[in-house]
Amino acid sequence: MSEPVEWQDDQNIEFVSLIAGGQGFCIEITEIREIRRWSPVTPLPFSQPDVLGVMNLRGSVIPIIDLSAKLGLGAITPTARHVIIVVVLSDRTVGLLVDAVSEILTIQGENIRSAPNTGQTNDIRSIRGLVEVGDGMSRVIDLRILFNDSCDLVA
Amino acid sequence: MSMDSLKATFFAECEDLLDALSEGLAAMSDGTADPETVNAIFRAVHSIKGSGGAFGLEDLVSFAHIYENVLDQIRAETLDVTPAVMKTVLRASDVLAALVEEAHAETGQQPEAMAAVKAELTALSSVGGASSESGLEDAFSFEALPFEAIELSDLGDLGDAGELTGDARYQITFKPERALYENSHDPVILFMALADLGDVVVECDTDALPVLADIDPAESYLSWTVTVSGDVSREEIGAVFEFVEGLCTLEIALEETETLPPVGDAVEPDGAVDAPITAAGPSEPAGKARQSAPQSKRPTLRVDPDRVDRLINTVGELIINQAVISQKVVASGIAQNSDLMADLDDYGFLARDIQEGVMAIRAQPVKPLFQRMARIAREAGDATGKDVNFVMEGEMTEIDKSLVERLTDPMTHLVRNAVDHGLETGDERRAAGKSSQGQLCLSAEHRSGHVMITVRDDGRGLNREKILAKAIERGLVAKDAKLSEAEIDNLLFAPGFSTAETVTNLSGRGVGMDVVLTEIQSMGGRIAISSEPGKGSEFSISLPLTLAVLDGMVVTVAGQTLVLPLSCIIETIRPRTGDIRPLGPNGHVLSIRGAFVPVVSLGAILGLDNSCVDPESSVLVHIQSGGANPVAVSVDDISDQRQVVMKSLEANYGAIPGVSAATILGDGKIALIVDPDAVSKMAIEADETPITFELEI
Repeated sequence: MSEPVEWQDDQNIEFVSLIAGGQGFCIEITEIREIRRWSPVTPLPFSQPDVLGVMNLRGSVIPIIDLSAKLGLGAITPTARHVIIVVVLSDRTVGLLVDAVSEILTIQGENIRSAPNTGQTNDIRSIRGLVEVGDGMSRVIDLRILFNDSCDLVA
Repeated sequence: MSMDSLKATFFAECEDLLDALSEGLAAMSDGTADPETVNAIFRAVHSIKGSGGAFGLEDLVSFAHIYENVLDQIRAETLDVTPAVMKTVLRASDVLAALVEEAHAETGQQPEAMAAVKAELTALSSVGGASSESGLEDAFSFEALPFEAIELSDLGDLGDAGELTGDARYQITFKPERALYENSHDPVILFMALADLGDVVVECDTDALPVLADIDPAESYLSWTVTVSGDVSREEIGAVFEFVEGLCTLEIALEETETLPPVGDAVEPDGAVDAPITAAGPSEPAGKARQSAPQSKRPTLRVDPDRVDRLINTVGELIINQAVISQKVVASGIAQNSDLMADLDDYGFLARDIQEGVMAIRAQPVKPLFQRMARIAREAGDATGKDVNFVMEGEMTEIDKSLVERLTDPMTHLVRNAVDHGLETGDERRAAGKSSQGQLCLSAEHRSGHVMITVRDDGRGLNREKILAKAIERGLVAKDAKLSEAEIDNLLFAPGFSTAETVTNLSGRGVGMDVVLTEIQSMGGRIAISSEPGKGSEFSISLPLTLAVLDGMVVTVAGQTLVLPLSCIIETIRPRTGDIRPLGPNGHVLSIRGAFVPVVSLGAILGLDNSCVDPESSVLVHIQSGGANPVAVSVDDISDQRQVVMKSLEANYGAIPGVSAATILGDGKIALIVDPDAVSKMAIEADETPITFELEI
């Protein structure tokens, strides 16, 4: 998997901000293919708990992953209100189930702070940085790290 | 164009040429050859030699050269095509094909048979009386001829090898045009071909050459005057320049034998002067060789298979989309006879037309595969000293290209086995009252949405006693097992089974038949054996028309829709009370026709459903796949039997145990396609480690 692009301090980067497991996250817009409504998926045998199943994206079979569960924030019970963010990771297409998508953020590179170590071993490593948004905080997800450990999503 | 892409084109062309070659040779051995056939064969070898030279493939070129000589004599009818000659010519085509393969693989090895066949060819070409052949053969060895200029002085020496004492003498004025070089022709190769015909003197006219600064490297400035003498005909010379017709200015003039006129000034012996062949197209002269005007071949298109696959995929989507729209329109309550319904029907027909058309792009006749098998059969016959008559039936039957490729290995194995084990030696055959020549027949036909390919021999048939004894010895079956004939035959497919008393080069490593079975099944096909002692055996392979589509049975398990490949299903059973007997705390067996088959819940194997369903209330599907033992899987319901388009799961996700792929159903939902082989194996493992294993992994 390719190395993530280094963001320059004076560079403006666009993110899509979203909510998963009650926390705010954002994903770089260039990694997102499309955003869809939740529709029922076909569950897969022998999958990890965060893999909900596969869905038909115009003829491609793509796995849908519960982002909240993947990040250790508890499984989402999907309803029609939930949203699937279809992301492209090198040669794979994967859908991420999230609670909601909020807005597009434009952030200057220097405003992205690195996430401090809080002593957690969980998939918190896939948080590439933190940004302040209004009076809250959004966590920048590094999809490569998020999926690197489980290159094969099959357990 | 890079060298690599040139090479790729070269090998693709070689493939076509080799096909043409084997086709022509097949016609020759049937005795249905006409002069054009012989010409086509010659041209094929000649073209391979020509382009092979450009890539510096020395072995290939030197072999093709000798081969070409022999073919040339057959063409000129100075060499009679006796069965022995035919055999050598056939073997030579095998070697040539092997050389091309090796060149492609860049192994740097020489095919085993090459030296022997080369010697045979050389012997033949001297029998045929190639006048000045041998002398010139050594004068220049066919070395690598890369795309570089060659010292002209070397060419000047060509003529020194022979004296100008032939029966006829031709003066050839040859002025290539720029296009000749652009098409990768090389005058040197033409002159060498001329030198094969007789003694040559080559003179180069460099007058047109501009000063260095003005030279356009791609332009043609040189012209040559070549004097050829010997026992040659105008047609033979014309044939040399056949491929450059239209790319050069060419004049071929007959000279008096004795006179040596100055260059470029041909003496015209009273009217007998042949008009200059200004290579403008398929013109004139009569005579056999001239019937060789290449048959107008329909242009073909080379397309990257990936593009076709994408198209097939998209068309599959179109079909599904059409089905979804139909369902929705019907559900919306529109009257059946409304215009919209009629249009929708048209849409459906068009979509199917497109699908058929797209599938046809991938379809290819099995002929090249069969021809390759003919070669395998000949090699096997040679190696075992058996005389094999190879017959093809239905070779124009079309199947998916990818199937053609994947069939090569299993078919090779079957053909070798048939020759090695099936057919008897000549003596044995005579003793059994059969003709000493063994028959090996390959046939292909379409049968209700499938392709049947059979390999049939008229040999000794399967020795069932021996097979059974061997299987018992290997511990594959119990000592006191009572097996039906079909069951004994199927032991051949058991892993690690080989009946050959000595391990021969050809077959008998015991890794064969189970691999054949696995490969055929991985293509969604089946294989069956029928054999009669003393009369022969028949292996029939039944394959789906394409790999992208699978015949499946749609079943419901724990609320999920799954697809079972039809190729693995023996039967479906709704068990009656008493058909299913408990075995151990959780196990069940199905009693069917005197045999006991384990019953397993498909839902439990795939971890979809842990509740213990009463197997008597469910539907059982009796499956058998690969070398695995038959299993009856219980499902909740069988809903449909249909063709499904296979979609890879691995591209975006990964491999799932027990699942081979996914498909999209008419309602747009995804259904998983069950891998029967894996499920049978998992069923047995699940027996050993019950229940806990599902969700953990």
